[in-house]
Amino acid sequence: MKQREEIISVENLVKKFGRFTANDRLNFSVGKGEIFGFLGANGAVKTTAIKILSGLSKPTSGKAVVAGFDVSRHPDKVKKNIGYMSQRFSLYEDMTVKENFRFYGGIYGMRRKEIRDRTAFFLKNLGMQSFENMLLKKIPLGWKQKLAFSVAILHNPRIVFLDEPTGGVDPITRRQFWELIYETAAQGTTVFVTTHYMDEAEYCERVSIMSEGRIEAIGTPAQLKEKFKVSTMDEVFLKIARYKE
Amino acid sequence: MWPFIKKEFLHIFRDYRSMLILFGMPVVQVLLFGFAITTDINDAKIAILDHSKDPVTRELTQKFLSSGYFILEQNLHSNNQIEDAFRKGEIKEVVVFENRFAEKLKKEGRADMQILLDASEPNTASMLNAYSEGIVNTFGMQQLKAANKIPLSITTESLMLYNPELKSVYMFVPGVITVLLMLVSAMMTSISITREKETGTMEALLVSPLKPLQIILGKVSPYVLLSFINLLVILLLARFVFSMPVQGNYALLLAESVLFIVMSLALGILISTVSKTQQQAMLLSMFALMLPTILLSGFIFPIENMPVILQWLSHLMPSKWFIIIIKNIMLKGVGITYFWKETLIILFLTLFFIGMSVKKFKVRLE
Repeated sequence: MKQREEIISVENLVKKFGRFTANDRLNFSVGKGEIFGFLGANGAVKTTAIKILSGLSKPTSGKAVVAGFDVSRHPDKVKKNIGYMSQRFSLYEDMTVKENFRFYGGIYGMRRKEIRDRTAFFLKNLGMQSFENMLLKKIPLGWKQKLAFSVAILHNPRIVFLDEPTGGVDPITRRQFWELIYETAAQGTTVFVTTHYMDEAEYCERVSIMSEGRIEAIGTPAQLKEKFKVSTMDEVFLKIARYKE
Repeated sequence: MWPFIKKEFLHIFRDYRSMLILFGMPVVQVLLFGFAITTDINDAKIAILDHSKDPVTRELTQKFLSSGYFILEQNLHSNNQIEDAFRKGEIKEVVVFENRFAEKLKKEGRADMQILLDASEPNTASMLNAYSEGIVNTFGMQQLKAANKIPLSITTESLMLYNPELKSVYMFVPGVITVLLMLVSAMMTSISITREKETGTMEALLVSPLKPLQIILGKVSPYVLLSFINLLVILLLARFVFSMPVQGNYALLLAESVLFIVMSLALGILISTVSKTQQQAMLLSMFALMLPTILLSGFIFPIENMPVILQWLSHLMPSKWFIIIIKNIMLKGVGITYFWKETLIILFLTLFFIGMSVKKFKVRLE
């Protein structure tokens, strides 16, 4: 791995709900501008980890530092520096594209001009200028997904968390979506993405694979494939699951 | 927070259903309760069966018809026609005078008349009965007086305080204000918060730098304003359509209403923390708030006549206390010294609901 500035570092992170341990002693770090794939069969476990890293939920024990701030002590500072998009999509259907951008820019404390400029930039980039004054509910799902991603990085966060962002989207749109992710990472924003599509795992620079709340493997897709002596990420995933049984 | 409030208004104005509830309901409800569901009776249709047809029965008939409560629909000629007259359904009362009414009255000092009522509407029937008896009694007294037969005459003079004309609007307006403020504040906020949960936008708001308190304030403040406008609309309607004056202090009335609005909002937030979907929130508001407000608050049915258990339950209804307060201000025109206890109860409930929802909200975040 190239030596990069660490933007997320997690040490012995544990999250318990009663007797159920959702995250068991997680240890990993993510570098600046990296595309990090956070994989695992159980969606809830991944979401729990993302909630902790985005300052929404406090860890039971252990430490997580995101964008230079401890998540349990300064969740507010963490929140200012991250963007977030989930599969359950976060735009308002009864507002226009422009109004959605203006609203999210507003709650992140952006200035009007800045919001206008960034909105224009994103719409142009997506080729969606003509959609500006259209109500969200009239726009097809794939397009909405791309808009949601743009809204998540509107305020120029240092990290963007994507929780299964491509769920329910057709393969072509998924590819376009990944192009957006690459562009964003190239500009220095770290992308932390969960997915259960194994072909998408191949697109990540590094991935971690969770099973039963623990990280079982971590590394570049190539390293993992070599380690488990298989040719696809799908098989890596299967081997880990089988090994656990 | 400003962009938040602006966005909330967009949601409200773009949804024709919420617009309808917000601005259509108050007008429709006040007009409905004021005009349609009135318990006052005017111009009830009656029939008269006069077997005697003498000056006394004619005079008595005249008294009935000039009272304003009755209009003559039909003159009957035989007992067989009575049944028919009622069956047609238009006639509410039949007055029967016996044969040789005046003659008997003069000779024997007594004569019989019969009042037949359609009791398929019990309330109307008993009210008409009371009106009829009143008319006959007054007539009897006058006759006696004219004949100088009673040396002592007692006349009762009733004075209806606070609502001299016994208008039912006076009773309904405070109730309608209560129901509507509760509905708009509690139901609309709980629905709009759960909608954000359902669509997933709540997550996006929670990961934003906005604090939970800001999110909640941003969500509810538009409804404070709208509820307040609603209150003004109802008061204006009451004043200019039903000429119901506000006897007491307007500022006090508005201040107490704002307190009640805030309490209902807190209740709405509490409902939204325990319900997962908009439908759940709506049902909860309907059954937990609306029905008890209408049935148990003394709005329509007097609490004093309820079984003891229900009376106890009614104490738990915030709306009961609020109705007492606004009736006091609007009808009696008294000041806070007469209802500080009720005000304190609402204040306490407000704090209680806010405390509960903050606690629930935090638990949900964990």
